[in-house]
Amino acid sequence: MKNRIDTLELTAQDIRARIIEHSHLKRMPHLGSCLSSVDILTALYFDVLNIDPESPSDKNRDRFIMSKGHGAPALYQTLAKRGFYTFEQISESDNEAGSLFGEHPPPPGYLPGIEAATGSLGHGLPMAIGMMLSCRLDGQTNKAYVLLGDGECNEGSVWEAAMFAGAQNLGNLVVIIDYNKWQATDRSEDVMALAPLSDKWQAFGWASHEIDGHNMSQITQALRNVPDKTGRPTAIIAHTIKGKGVSFMEDDNNWHYRIPTADEVIAAKKELKVAM
Amino acid sequence: MRNAFADEITNISKEDSRVVVLSGDIGNRLFDNFKDVSNGRFFNCGIAEANMMGVAAGMALTGYRPVVYTITPFVTARCFEQIRVDVCYHEAPVIIVGTGSGLSYANLGATHHSLEDIAILRTLPGMKIFCPCDATEMRKGLRAALKQNNPLYMRIGKKGEPDLTGEFDEFVIGQANTLRLGNDVCLIGSGTIMPVIMEAAEKLNEQGISARIVNMHTVKPLDTKTLSELASQYELIAIIEEHGRIGGLYGAISEWLASQRVRPPHILSFGTDDEFMHEIGSQNFARNIFGLTSDNIAQSVSTTFKS
Repeated sequence: MKNRIDTLELTAQDIRARIIEHSHLKRMPHLGSCLSSVDILTALYFDVLNIDPESPSDKNRDRFIMSKGHGAPALYQTLAKRGFYTFEQISESDNEAGSLFGEHPPPPGYLPGIEAATGSLGHGLPMAIGMMLSCRLDGQTNKAYVLLGDGECNEGSVWEAAMFAGAQNLGNLVVIIDYNKWQATDRSEDVMALAPLSDKWQAFGWASHEIDGHNMSQITQALRNVPDKTGRPTAIIAHTIKGKGVSFMEDDNNWHYRIPTADEVIAAKKELKVAM
Repeated sequence: MRNAFADEITNISKEDSRVVVLSGDIGNRLFDNFKDVSNGRFFNCGIAEANMMGVAAGMALTGYRPVVYTITPFVTARCFEQIRVDVCYHEAPVIIVGTGSGLSYANLGATHHSLEDIAILRTLPGMKIFCPCDATEMRKGLRAALKQNNPLYMRIGKKGEPDLTGEFDEFVIGQANTLRLGNDVCLIGSGTIMPVIMEAAEKLNEQGISARIVNMHTVKPLDTKTLSELASQYELIAIIEEHGRIGGLYGAISEWLASQRVRPPHILSFGTDDEFMHEIGSQNFARNIFGLTSDNIAQSVSTTFKS
């Protein structure tokens, strides 16, 4: 057990280092938002999701949708690490001319492993509901996991979708909120009255749990503990830190847009204990 | 037309188990038969159109053929960005059905009018736009829409439209039909206003002016082959639609015509003005305000033709 968690933690650190390096090389922003979600992505792709990189369109596969589409750089590295394509495909792509690895993910079919083209916020959850209604009609028991940002929860469509999924008792639907307490330009709580977030999801007909979104044991346990026995969809409120893993990025919202210098990349890797 | 729509989608669902209907809490009892035969493939998505459109896209990406139904402004303008991103960007074969289009719901006030829906949806890559003029054409178009694999918007009226097309008339998406032959002028129209166009042609005929009527039921893709023939054959063409004169059928044809090397015909445009209606009344009352009457169309066309 301890071994499994250790391995996942090492994987997460490696993905963090790759995201930071990529941000520097390709001038890719949203580092803070990417780093807060890495542990969740690692747990999903290396411990929870029933997926096969050799068969990315399998009808029975679990679905993951990065609804906070600006976290795409984290998703790209995770998918590469999981074998959907190579790291070289990402690093050798020309972001000034024809790359598919943009700031936000492309539609399915352009890159293996991508289930939805997100980037405009508040779209991933309704689409995941549609996918799960279809799977249920087909008698399948696979699951959909949707990662939302706390800022994304400003969007009304998130709450339309929450009410609808609640009414449909979509037990195979899991929302994870990357609750890093920041949105693009302000503290989330100062912009919109988000708290109490767990209560809100429960009030909309969901089972909800709060976890430490950087504690691998808690993440994997929460993700595996679905569907809820009442048949409701599940919301996991993952308390995270924007920029997690690098001391000079943590909880500093400048890293929503800032690009690290070469020296900062070296310093970050040192902290992450990753030699690359 | 809406009862015929509910009837036809029920018929189709008996043959095609991929068809699902998503309704925005509208059509009380309208879909009872569909619910009876569709085995759980009806979803009342509530008064939450943005979510409904995203759900439809998700279902379309997972092998189903969703048909999304509610009052036109709410299934178009209200959730335009979901249509743009979830449906069109994902090339998800969702059929969007707007009911009570144009001035059908004139008595409900401007919130329920739809006079810009064609204009906005026409801008989206991959979107097809179909405006049936009667129940028969709607039934054929719905079946054709489900045979192709693109997003498609179907703009229907409410009820009681007269039959103008025949069951055995040829129907192809993107291919205009001639409803009446005539040599002097050409009236091009689509959708709910077609009965008014038929009356206008009759009135022109009484004045000795022979008017052809072209039913441009598909606004996108535009039948430019037929338009090329019409543009070289007629010196006067009237374009008539129950939609604003910005961006609808007139807009689409004008955009195309401006880049052609033919001597352009004289075009008359009949549609609604660039303003909201503040009075309440029947559909005919509203049409009269905007000059969408057979008398006005016939008189304008006749005066221009003779000048």
